[in-house]
Amino acid sequence: MSKLTFSIGGVHPDDSKLSKDCAIEVLPLPQTVYVSMNQHLGAPAKPLVTVGDKVLAGQVIAEPGGFISAYVHSPVSGTVKSIGPRKDLAGNPAVHVEIAVEGDEWVEGIDFSNDIDVNIKLDREQIIERVKMCGVVGLGGATFPTHVKLCPPPGKTAECLIINGAECEPYLTSDYRIMLEKSKEIVIGAAIMQKALGGCPCVIGIEDNKPEAIAAMSDAVASLPYEGIRVAVLAKRYPQGGEKQLINAVMGREVPPGALPIDAGAVVQNAGTALAVYEAVQKNKPLVTNVLTVTGNCLPVSAQHNYLFRIGTPISFIIEQAGGIPEGAAKVISGGPMMGKAIANLDATTVKGSSSVLYLSEESTRRWKESSCIRCGRCAEACPMGLEPFLLNRLVKAGDLEGLEAAAVMDCIECGCCLYSCPAGIPLLDRIRPAKGQVIGILKARNAKK
Amino acid sequence: MDKMLVSPSPHIHAKVSTDSLMRDVIIALCPAIIVSVLFLGWAELLVLAVSAVSCVAIEWAICKWVMHKPELCSCSSALVTGLLLAMNLPVTTPWWIVLIGAVFAIGVVKMSFGGLGQNIFNPAIAARVFLLVSFPAQMTDWTVTKGFISLDAVSGPTLLGLASEQGAGAVAGLDHLQTLLLNIGGSAGEISALALLAGFVYLLCRRVIKPWITLSIFATVAAVSGIFWAVNPEVYTGPLFNLLSGGLILGACFMATDYVTSPMTSWGGVIYGFGIGLLVMMIRYFGSYPEGVSFAILIMNMTVPLIDRAFHHRQYGRK
Amino acid sequence: MTSTVIWTIAILAGLGLVLALVLFLVARRFRVEEDPRIDEVEKVMPGANCGGCGFAGCRAFAEAAVKAPNLDNNYCPVGGEAVMAQVARILGYEAVKKTPQVAVVRCNGTCEARPRVNEYDGASSCKIKAALYAGDTLCPFGCLGCGDCVEACQFGALSMDPATGLPVVDEEKCTACGSCVKACPKHIIELRNKGPRSMRVFVSCVNKDKGVVARKACANACIGCGKCQKVCAHEAITVEDNLAYIDFAKCKLCKKCVAECPTGAIHAVNFPVLPKKEVTNE
Repeated sequence: MSKLTFSIGGVHPDDSKLSKDCAIEVLPLPQTVYVSMNQHLGAPAKPLVTVGDKVLAGQVIAEPGGFISAYVHSPVSGTVKSIGPRKDLAGNPAVHVEIAVEGDEWVEGIDFSNDIDVNIKLDREQIIERVKMCGVVGLGGATFPTHVKLCPPPGKTAECLIINGAECEPYLTSDYRIMLEKSKEIVIGAAIMQKALGGCPCVIGIEDNKPEAIAAMSDAVASLPYEGIRVAVLAKRYPQGGEKQLINAVMGREVPPGALPIDAGAVVQNAGTALAVYEAVQKNKPLVTNVLTVTGNCLPVSAQHNYLFRIGTPISFIIEQAGGIPEGAAKVISGGPMMGKAIANLDATTVKGSSSVLYLSEESTRRWKESSCIRCGRCAEACPMGLEPFLLNRLVKAGDLEGLEAAAVMDCIECGCCLYSCPAGIPLLDRIRPAKGQVIGILKARNAKK
Repeated sequence: MDKMLVSPSPHIHAKVSTDSLMRDVIIALCPAIIVSVLFLGWAELLVLAVSAVSCVAIEWAICKWVMHKPELCSCSSALVTGLLLAMNLPVTTPWWIVLIGAVFAIGVVKMSFGGLGQNIFNPAIAARVFLLVSFPAQMTDWTVTKGFISLDAVSGPTLLGLASEQGAGAVAGLDHLQTLLLNIGGSAGEISALALLAGFVYLLCRRVIKPWITLSIFATVAAVSGIFWAVNPEVYTGPLFNLLSGGLILGACFMATDYVTSPMTSWGGVIYGFGIGLLVMMIRYFGSYPEGVSFAILIMNMTVPLIDRAFHHRQYGRK
Repeated sequence: MTSTVIWTIAILAGLGLVLALVLFLVARRFRVEEDPRIDEVEKVMPGANCGGCGFAGCRAFAEAAVKAPNLDNNYCPVGGEAVMAQVARILGYEAVKKTPQVAVVRCNGTCEARPRVNEYDGASSCKIKAALYAGDTLCPFGCLGCGDCVEACQFGALSMDPATGLPVVDEEKCTACGSCVKACPKHIIELRNKGPRSMRVFVSCVNKDKGVVARKACANACIGCGKCQKVCAHEAITVEDNLAYIDFAKCKLCKKCVAECPTGAIHAVNFPVLPKKEVTNE
C-alpha cells in the first residue's frame, strides 16, 4: 500500500509511543466527580439538576445551551453536592456539577453486553437524534458536537467520511489502544456515520507507525458486511491528523481558507468518536467514559497506563491512581505535547476531550532562551498551512493587524510546528495565537460597518 | 519540581538550535581547514586563530559594552564568520590586517545593522572585499609558506590571475583532477575543492542547508562559461576550470548559503544562485579583477529582500 | 584650464537654477492648503505620540484641536495644564482644567504574600499569559508580572520591582496617558486623581473572589469584609463583588479605612510621616 500524506510543511517529532503496549484498564471510581458544563465547543450546557438530587450514571444532567452545544450526562450514580464555579485546568472558573459517588447504578435501557451488534436498525434521523441525545462530541481534541457535523448544511453533501486514526501527536496511545481492542466497534461506528451522511465512502486513516492497528482495523473491515469502507496508510508526519491535512492526504483536496471541511466534501471524525457513536447508537450508552493515556518521558513504562475513565474524574485522582507525579516531571499536560494544554491546576477535572495526562521532564519541555532570528526559514518550511511564521512574528511585534490579515494569519491551525522547529527558540506560535483574536476583532468591526 | 511549568503549546522542541547549526558549519569547514594547515603550516594556523579569536571577542565586546545586551552575543556564529574570513585571506596576510578585517566584519557589517540575523551583507565576504580594496598588495600576495607536508613551493599569481593576465591559453594544459584535489596558491579556502565539497555534503546530510543555491551557482557558471568557451576557447576559459578554480566552491557552498543573507525559499535560492553565477562569470571574463565570487555574492545579497518578497511557499487552500 | 573651470561652474550653476525653478513650480502646483495653526499647536505638544489623548499622535491631536469648536474633548494628559493653556492661547479657546491624574497599580500581591504554584515558561507577555491561564498564583485577578505595562509606557515611568514582582509607578515621570491601563489584560492599573500634594488613598487589590478564597490566594487581598465601608464618614467606599473601591472624588484622605483594613489592602501614599506612627507605603 502506498502511504498517503499532506503536501505542505510538517515536522517529524520522535513519536515516543511509550505506552502502546499497555492494555486498557478500567479506572476505579473516585469519591467525587466534577462534571464541567463547558466540555465541548460552543455554548456551555445548562444544568437540569439541583443540589441534593439523586442521579444515576448515564442520566442527563445538563441540556445544550445553544445550537452548537451538547447534552451532558452523569458519569456516576450519587447525589448532587453543588453546582457552581470551579477552577478548570487553566485555573479559570467554569460551572461544574459536583456529584458524590454512591454505588454504580445506571439508568435503564443501556446494553452492557459485549456482543457486537452489526445490524444498524436506526434510520438517518434516528441516528443523528441518538448521537445528539447521548452527548457525543468529537474526541480528537476540538470536541465539536458530532450531531452537528453529521448534518451537512443544505446544498452540501459529504463525499467522503474520514475516520481519523492518525494519532499524530507523540506519546498519545488512547486511539491506538481502542483501534486494537475495539476495532469492530469503530468500524461499525464508521458505518453508522456513513449511513447518517447518506452512504458516502469511508476511509480510515492510520499512520504507518502503528502497523498492528492497521492490521486490526483492516481485519475488522474485512470481517464486517459494510461496503465502501477501507483503511488507508498514512505517512508518519505531524500534523497528519489535522483535519485539513488529513483531507489533503486522503482526498487530495484542500479546504479553501475560511471554509469548512464539508465545503470540500469531507467529514472528519476521530476513531474515538466512532466508538462513542457505536456505543450511543447500538448500545444506547451516552458519552460518559473515554480512554486516556498516562504517559511521559520521565515515567517508567511499567507505570504507564491506558485508562477507561468516567468523564468528570478529577485529574488529581488519576495521577494518584497511576502512582503520583513521577520524579523529574516538570510539566503536566492534558493532551499531546504539540497541541495539548499545560495543566496549571491539578485539581481540575477531566472532560469529554481529555486524552492524556502527560508528564514531561524539564530538559525536554523547558522553552529555550529566545535568540535572534537567523532567517533559516525552518518555520516557513514546517508550517503545514504554508504561512510564514517569522513574518507573522514581525507583524505582531509591529502591531500591524492589516498586515497580519494579508499574511493569512487566520489560516493558522495552531499546530505548533513553527515553534517546534525554530532553532532560535523564538516563541512564534505564542505570539501568533493572540494575534488571531485581534484580527477577528478588526474583521468583525469591518463586517459591522457594512 | 515543586512548581510545575505552564506554557502555551507546543511543549516539545526539535533538537536543532542556532548553536548546533553553527557547530555543523564549523565541522563542515574542518576538512578544508585541516588540509590548508597541513599544506601552509603555522602561518595559516596563525591567520585562522587571529581571525576566529578576534571575531568572537569583538562580537562579545560590542554586545556587552556597546549594545548592553550580552545575551545577544552569539559566539558560534562569530566563530563561523572568523573562520570563513580567514579562509578568504592569503596565508601571508599580516595579523593586523586580519584584525582590521575582523573589526570590519563584526563591528561594521554585522553589529551596526543590529547583530545576528539583521545584516544585509555576509560579514566575512564584505570584510574580504574591504581588505582587498584597502590593502591590494598584501591581499594579492600569494606566496606559499612552508607547510607540514612539503611540496615544491609555487609562488606567483593564482590560476585565475594567470588566465586573466595571459588569456585562457595559459591555463589550457591544466590537470583538472589536480585542481580538484589540491591547488596550492590562493587562499586557504581555495586549496582543496574536494575537502570543501566533503563539508558541503555533510551540511546537506545534516539538513543544515538546501542544495538549491549552490547547485544553481554551479549550473549557471558551467552554462555561461560553457557557451563562451564553445564560441572562443582561445580567449575564454572553460566550464571545468571555472568551477574548480578560485573561491567559487567555498563561496557557493559556504558563503552564498549563509541563512541571514540568502533567500528563504528554494525557488528564491535558485534565482539568487543564478544571479551570483552570472555575475561571477561576467567579472571573471570582463572585469578588471581576476576573481568575482565575493563581489557577486555581495551584489546578490542586496537583492535578497526583493527575492523574498517575490517568492513564497504555496499556501494551503490558496492558489 | 581656466575655461574648464569656468565652464564647470557655469554648467553647475545653470543646472542648480533650472532644478530650483522646477522645485519651485512643483511645490506651488501641488501645494496643500493647511491651517498654519496646526503646525503651531503641534510645536507646543510634548511630541511623544503616546496616544494618551485618544488620537494617533501629536499631529493628529493638533488637527483635531484646530477643527473642534472648543477644547472640551481634546485634552493632552501628558502636557497637562501648561500645554493646554498654550494650545488654548493659539486657538483662542478657553483652557480646560483637569485634575492631574496618575497611574495606580491596584495589586499588592507581592512574592511573599502570594505564593507561586506554577512557573510560566511561555513568551514573556501578560497578554499571552492571560489568554493561557489564570496566572502563577491562586489569585486569578492579580498582576501577572510580565511587564506589558512597562513596555507600553513611553515615558519610562513604570518599572518592575524584582523584590515584589509588581510594577512601580514613578510619579514624577507618569503623565497619566493611560497606555498602561490599556496594556494590562487584568485591568489592574487605574488612573486616579493625584490628590493634594500627591496624597491618595486607594484599594490596592482587584480580587473579586469570596474572602476565604481571596485570602488563601494572597495575604494582602481585599476580602470584601466591608469594615472600611463602615468606618468611612464620607460614603467614599463601596463594596461590590467582595471588593472594596474608594471613590477619589469623595475621599477626604482621613485614612481611617487604612487602619481598619485587616489585610492591609488599602494603601495611603505620600502622606507625611508622623512621628511614632508608621504609614503603609507602596
